Amino acid sequence: MAAPAASAIDLSRALVLTPPALADWLVILPVAWCLASGAILLMLRKNLRLQPPLAIAALTVLLVLDAALLWRVVEGGPVTMVMGRWLPPFGIAFTVDLAGALFALSSALVALAGGIYAAESIDASGRRYGFYPFLMLLMAGVSGAFLTGDIFNLYVWFEVLLISSFGLLVLGSEPKQIDGAIKYAFLNLIATTLFLIAVGFLYGLFGTLNMADIAAKAVERRAGLPLMTLGVLFVLAFGMKAAAFPVNFWLPASYHTPRIVVSALFAGLLTKVGIYALIRVMVMLFPVEGDELSVVIAAAAAATMIFGALGAIGQSDTRRLLGYLVISGIGVMLAGIAVGGPGGVGGALFYALHSMVVMTALYMAAGMAGRLSGAFDLNRAGGLYGRTAFFSALSFILFLSVSGMPPFSGFWPKVMVARAALDIGAWWLAGTVLLTGFLTMIAVGRVWLLAYWRPAGAAATPGGDDAIRTSAILSLSVLVLVTVLVGLFPDPLLRQVQQAASGLVEPSAYLNSVFPQGAR
Amino acid sequence: MNTVIFRTLAPFLTALMLLFSVFVLLRGHNEPGGGFIGGLIAASALAIYGIARGIRPVREALWFHPMTIAAFGLLLACIAGLVSIFAAVPFMTGLWIYPALFGVEVPLSTVMLFDFGVYLVVVGAVTSIALALEREDI
Repeated sequence: MAAPAASAIDLSRALVLTPPALADWLVILPVAWCLASGAILLMLRKNLRLQPPLAIAALTVLLVLDAALLWRVVEGGPVTMVMGRWLPPFGIAFTVDLAGALFALSSALVALAGGIYAAESIDASGRRYGFYPFLMLLMAGVSGAFLTGDIFNLYVWFEVLLISSFGLLVLGSEPKQIDGAIKYAFLNLIATTLFLIAVGFLYGLFGTLNMADIAAKAVERRAGLPLMTLGVLFVLAFGMKAAAFPVNFWLPASYHTPRIVVSALFAGLLTKVGIYALIRVMVMLFPVEGDELSVVIAAAAAATMIFGALGAIGQSDTRRLLGYLVISGIGVMLAGIAVGGPGGVGGALFYALHSMVVMTALYMAAGMAGRLSGAFDLNRAGGLYGRTAFFSALSFILFLSVSGMPPFSGFWPKVMVARAALDIGAWWLAGTVLLTGFLTMIAVGRVWLLAYWRPAGAAATPGGDDAIRTSAILSLSVLVLVTVLVGLFPDPLLRQVQQAASGLVEPSAYLNSVFPQGAR
Repeated sequence: MNTVIFRTLAPFLTALMLLFSVFVLLRGHNEPGGGFIGGLIAASALAIYGIARGIRPVREALWFHPMTIAAFGLLLACIAGLVSIFAAVPFMTGLWIYPALFGVEVPLSTVMLFDFGVYLVVVGAVTSIALALEREDI
């Protein structure tokens, strides 16, 4: 690598001169792949028959890419690639650690299930208005947010996924959807603006946007910097994104309006990006401020859990009910973040992964149930168990999983969070987690009793569609299988999640990946 | 707006502005200009044509749907980044070739390809918005 002596410019001080390993390309490929396939699907927008198979194939490739990325990160630790080979912190870095890779893989799984479900449930007009291109661009935004190592780039991916979600939200252009979309758009734009303001302050304070650089500089010159203000801004912005109490009101106002598969994808993906960003910033970048704010976060977490679960009990529309369950789950993740340490953060990560899969599956099940019984209204639904025992069994597993019952994936993260809370003496937080599980059980138990168990004759059901769509039952079965397998064999995931959490609490591996041998 | 003068002049104005937009696009590498501003100029040229002659002539002149043009631009920008996988450099690294066309050395780069993608995205997106707005007016 000896540079020619005649050359006056030492490029090694500005550029990455070692060629990146081919496996390192996995860091950027999920995003580039989603953008490219989204663009191709948009060009083939008029070819309605070709859209679903192409999109499902593209999402399968995305799943494979994310799985390979996770394997790469598990084997060799965090991976970094800088765009345009400018050295960090000046080049925009994509840095993937275990937490990011796990989230990316889980989101790809959810998106694939959503793509399969949509093959039959999104009609020709939905496809003409670009459901699949929007889905691919949404995934570009979501993957980008999980994989980037630059905080302004994180903001950009937030915008990408937000704009795609607007498109998905108004698919169908019904007045009710426009109403929901306006509330959603307005409140999310406020959160994004807060995020942008916070990033502006951050850049003013540190002169860098690279997360590894910020994390290192925050340790060196914490004294005298208004990091607490910055922390509060970030917590508010990401709390709003994640639908934490008291800034959660946009979610129940909008999530029941779009097509059911869009609700399913939103429930699985969007709020979790907020949680991921909160963990990344408050645990990895500003741990001291995160600790000081933990009381506030814990109070918000408890309120989010309780109000979410109570809201779910109070609803009779299954879609609205599930919206409140999404919020209640966010509370558990916030509790994990508030408790902190590898146990608490690990619990939050695990719960987020579980919630992605299970909330998406629940919305899909609600969509199928609504179609079979002709109504989303619990007062009018009934007799599902008598009609299809297999689908009812799948739903029952999901109900148990979302309330945190033992043999399924919801149980382990709740145990982790509750135990971590008890370890630091926050018995009230642990108690709230357990109480929320109980309340959630009541809420989903009501759905089970009224929509599934009650004989059809008791409710005046006006028909509904008898045929169960293969695509819907297939995607639902895959997600249920995941929650069952994770519930029965939690060890591999538990180990990875704990390691991911320690990587966030003690980010020296992440820092080394961006700045090898302390070359900062 | 719909005067004879405007209707007669609009096609020439559009042609001139489209030409200028390409000039601004290519100039943008080292001087003020670039894909974004070039795309805006091209989109306003098409908007002028639409105001003068109506939407249908614009759609016929474009041949492709504006959203398809935007999508193609996005694809080009993405490819511009992915080319570097073959040169063993990180994503989005600027790569140059200098082919001699008709005895003139023409510097071509992935940076230019990316900028061209941006140009098409802006033309496509802004034109489709403008056409949708004009349709609502009638």
